[in-house]
Order: sequence, then C-alpha cells, then structure tokens
Amino acid sequence: MSEKQDKATAYWKENVRYLFILLFIWFAVSYGAGILFKDALDTIKIGGFKLGFWFAQQGSIYVFVILIFVYVRLMNKLDKKYGYDE
Amino acid sequence: MSVQTWTYLLVGITFAIYIGIAIWSRAGSTKEFYVAGGGVSPLANGMATAADWMSAASFISMAGIISFAGYDGSVYLMGWTGGYVLLALLLAPYLRKFGKFTVPDFIGDRYYSKTARIVAVICALIVSFTYVAGQMRGVGVVFSRFLEVDINTGVIIGMIIVLFYAVLGGMKGITYTQVAQYCVLIFAFMVPAIFISIQMTGNPVPQLGMGATVNDGSGMFLLDKLDGLSTELGFAEYTSGSKSVIDVFAITFALMVGTAGLPHVIVRFFTVKRVKDARKSAGIALLLIAILYTTAPAVSVFAKTNLINTVSDKAYDSMPIWFKNWETTGLLAFDDKNNDGKIQYVADKEANELTIDNDIMVLANPEIADLPAWVIALVAAGGLAAALSTAAGLLLVISSSISHDLIKKVFKPNISDKGELWAARIAATVAVVIAGYFGINPPGFVAAVVALAFGLAAASFFPAIVLGIFYKKMNKEGAIAGMIVGIVSMLVYMMKFKFDMFGGGTAEDWWMGISPEGFGTVAMLLNFIVAVIVMQFTPEPPEDVQEIVEDIRIPSGAGEATGH
Repeated sequence: MSEKQDKATAYWKENVRYLFILLFIWFAVSYGAGILFKDALDTIKIGGFKLGFWFAQQGSIYVFVILIFVYVRLMNKLDKKYGYDE
Repeated sequence: MSVQTWTYLLVGITFAIYIGIAIWSRAGSTKEFYVAGGGVSPLANGMATAADWMSAASFISMAGIISFAGYDGSVYLMGWTGGYVLLALLLAPYLRKFGKFTVPDFIGDRYYSKTARIVAVICALIVSFTYVAGQMRGVGVVFSRFLEVDINTGVIIGMIIVLFYAVLGGMKGITYTQVAQYCVLIFAFMVPAIFISIQMTGNPVPQLGMGATVNDGSGMFLLDKLDGLSTELGFAEYTSGSKSVIDVFAITFALMVGTAGLPHVIVRFFTVKRVKDARKSAGIALLLIAILYTTAPAVSVFAKTNLINTVSDKAYDSMPIWFKNWETTGLLAFDDKNNDGKIQYVADKEANELTIDNDIMVLANPEIADLPAWVIALVAAGGLAAALSTAAGLLLVISSSISHDLIKKVFKPNISDKGELWAARIAATVAVVIAGYFGINPPGFVAAVVALAFGLAAASFFPAIVLGIFYKKMNKEGAIAGMIVGIVSMLVYMMKFKFDMFGGGTAEDWWMGISPEGFGTVAMLLNFIVAVIVMQFTPEPPEDVQEIVEDIRIPSGAGEATGH
C-alpha cells in the first residue's frame, strides 16, 4: 500500500471515530433523555421545567447545534494534521 | 393604520425585495441555475438552507400542533433539527466533495447505473411534489385571512411570484431571495413571541419564559398551570404525552432521517466552494433554525394558556373580534350543543363545542394577545416568506431532476447548455402550475401526505447515500433493490392505513404499534437490510467506482460542482 493511501486510511479511521462519539451524544440527548428515560428525568425539576420534557423540547436542540460546531472544529484540525486543508 | 393596511404594506415591500433580488441575480448558465455558480459563502448558504427548510409547516403549523399535542409534539422539534446532525456528519461534506448538481446525479454515478438514477429521480419527484402542494396551500391560507382575497386568488398570486424568481434566477435567484426570506420570517416569528413572553411571564426570552412563573401574582410556574388547566378540561397533562414510547421513537427517527434525505436540502450543500464550507454552513443553518425551533414550543405554551383563559366557559357574545374573524375562515367553529350561550372547550368529544384548527395558534396568536396591528401584519409576511422559500427550493429540485437527470443524462446527452437551461425553465414552469393546481384543489390526501414525505425520503435516499459513502463494496444491485423495497413498503403501509387501501386498518392493526408517520424508520431499516443481503450475491462494484468512494472521503481538491 502506498504512503498516500496509508494516510487516507488513517484519516478516515479518525474521522469515523469522531462520528461514533458525536452520534452517541446525539442519540443520548434525544432518544435517551428526551424519550426513553423521559419519565425518570421528569422527577427532577429545574425552574418550571421537568427535565425530561426540557430535553425533548429545548435541550436536545441546543446540544445538536453544539455537536455540529464541535464536529466542524475537530474536522478542521484533522484536515490540518493530514495536510488536507485548503 | 389598520391591520389590513399594514399587511398590504409589509407584504408589498417584502415581495418587491424578492423580485428585485431575482432580477439582480438571474442565472446565465446551467451551473448558475443548478448550484448558484458554486461560490456561495457559508453564512449565506446557512441562511438560505434555514429558509429553504423552514416551510409553511414550521412557521404556521408547528407551534399549533405542539399546542394541542403537548409533549407528543416533541417529535417534530427533535426530528426536524436532529436530522441536521446526520446531514452535517454523514452526508453534506462527502456530497460536496463528489461535486455534482443533484442527488440522482450522485446515486447514478456512485451506482454506475441509469436504472439507479431513474429510481432516484422518481423518488425525488414523489417526495418533492407531495411537499410543494402543501406550501401552495399555506400561501393561500395566509392570503385569504390577511388580505381578504379568495383563497384561489391567493394561490395564483403565490404561483406568479415563485414562478418569477425560480424560473428566472434558478438556484442563484433562489439562494439570495431565501437569505432575505430568512430575515423576514425569523423577525416575524420572534417579535410576537417576545411580546407575549413579556406579557405572560415578564421574561423577554421566550425559551426561558416558558419555564418561568406566571405574571399574575400567583407565583405558579406556567407549565404547571397549563398542566392543571389541561387535566381540568379532561385533556392529557401537557408535559406528558399520550403516544406510546415506541411510536414517539419511530416518528422522531423517521423525521430525522427524512430531513437528512430530502433532496431540496441536500442540494444546498452543492452551492458552497469547499468541503470545509459545507460542514460549516450545516452548523450555521441549524443554529438559525434552532432560534425558531426553541421558540416554537414556548409559543405553544403561551398560546394554549391564553386560549383556554380566553374562551373556556365564557359567553359566546363576549368573544373578542378575532374570534369572529377566524370563524369566517372556517378554521374556528363554535357549536352551542347545550344552548347555554357559553363555550365549553373540553376533551370529551360529545360535550366539546369548539373546534380549532392548528394553524390558528400562530396566525391568531398576536390578535389573541392583543398586540399592535403591525405585529399581526408581520406574521402574514413571515408566513408567506416561509412558504415561498420552501416552494422555490422544491421546484428547483423538480426542474433539475427533469432537465438534468432525465433529459441530459438519459434521453438527450448531447443537448447544449443553453438548451438544458431552457428545459430547466420550462420544467420549473410546468411544476409551478401543477403545484398551484394542487394548492387550489387540494385532494384530501395532500395534508396527510406532507408529513409522510419524510418517511418516503427516509425509506429511499438516506440508506442509498450513506451506504454509497461509508460502504465501499456496496454495488448497484444492492442499492437499487434497497431503494425499491424501502419506498414500496413505505407506500403500501401509508396507503393501507391512511387511504384505506389493501383492506385498510385502524391503530390497533399497526405493526408493533408504529404509526404510518413512524413507519419510515422501519422502511429505512428494510432498505439497509435488503441492500446488504443482495450485495452478497452480486458482483462487486468496478474498480473506478471504488476509487470514487475513496476520493470523496478526502476533503481536499473539491473543485467546483460540474455536470459531467
């Protein structure tokens, strides 16, 4: 395997690892906190919000936005590390 | 000035702006027509994507639906935003690197087959047409209530405006009008929300006001008060739903994956310069969308509380003027069943005397809260911006599917660039006319189908694209079989339970308790499974296709989008 290809494979592996971590969080806040464990979290109250309800209608959306910007940062760094930035 | 004058003024000004932009940014080549020349900045693309995405349904209907569904409405909030995470992480950067004009372009090249391309075109057309008809209807509703023209005239005016800038400007015109439309619609959504939040809770931030205490000196939390009012009238508690967990899960998933698979959203990422910009503009788009999507549930809570307080057990004769106004549109109806002259709004269908259309909650909200006339007019302009921007994006997908994917790539490969541009314009015109027809004569199924467009997108495109990027050995046989099984199973389930075909059935017969809206999740899984199984028994994709896959995984050297 050529050096160029090794580099591409290594880059791809790191990329996929980031995707797994970020998508795990994506799943945890929406399907986890907002749906599957909603009832349990609802016993906790922050201000007027029951926590599970808050995750379903507010919190998960904030986390989604943060996730994409974290991804943008991570990938820009990764591109630089492998010399793929332009 | 009266509401009417304000409305004419604001709608007139915004329309003049859209037309001005269309003339300034008309398309001269197919490249400009399909991908706006490929040099749109991430910020402009993010704004355009947000306007493209937020349709009449997001602006007019969503807060109302949540008002009546309470927690169950969360499926739309999470579903329509979470899809952007999938889009940003799994699709946008790679499709941008691939660098073609349309989604069927990717499917056709990646799966080296005309059949795959044609299947993708058909899926794109089914999804886009069902969606666009709903937008034209939204335009009609806004016109008929606020400008007091006939609903059909409203649809025709909307058609002419969209026709003008979509046909003339193509993607370039659409992009820059959408930037303007985003500004109009977000301003129009936020102003009344902030007003009402201050009115009810004293907190100017609706997202916080929703969780604050009510302004009436009782010190009670707004959500607790609404829970109490709801149960008193026999409804489910607002903050807990009545849908099953599995169904909420399935619907949310189908909406997320469907969002990521909608062709009119995906093509927006072909318009930026670099892979980096595609990632960034997905983030900006979601941020801009989140402003509306986190405000909407707050509006739902304010509006529902206001509504119950205003009408419940009050005399019909004492109703404010907005009540009569909306009665004439047919979106609000009162039937004094027990002849006591009072409005009983309760969960029990036998005793309930008030029927309310979802859409009223946003459209009439400023009137219910007694806000100034210009705010009410602003909502009309915002609703129109939301509907028109989405309609234009969808029409572009329809016209490029026909002129580029069918005429250029399948039937007449040696057509000139000019010829193709004309074909695109003619296709866009025909599409507007068909969409307008459905807006004026909405077949009963349109409303039902709009929500299902997501299921169809989830069942067809999403697996084919994801496998195309992340699974190098996926071949054409697998992808085509997967898409066909996915979309057909979704269509069959939808027809059975929504239109009573194939023996029909009720909620009790739903497979594992999953509603047709959530079945997209199942159909998507079927697509994945069938694709992987079929692949095992058919030849590997050719060497050069596998090289394409390796190439799209590397962000550098994206070049510009091309048609060849």
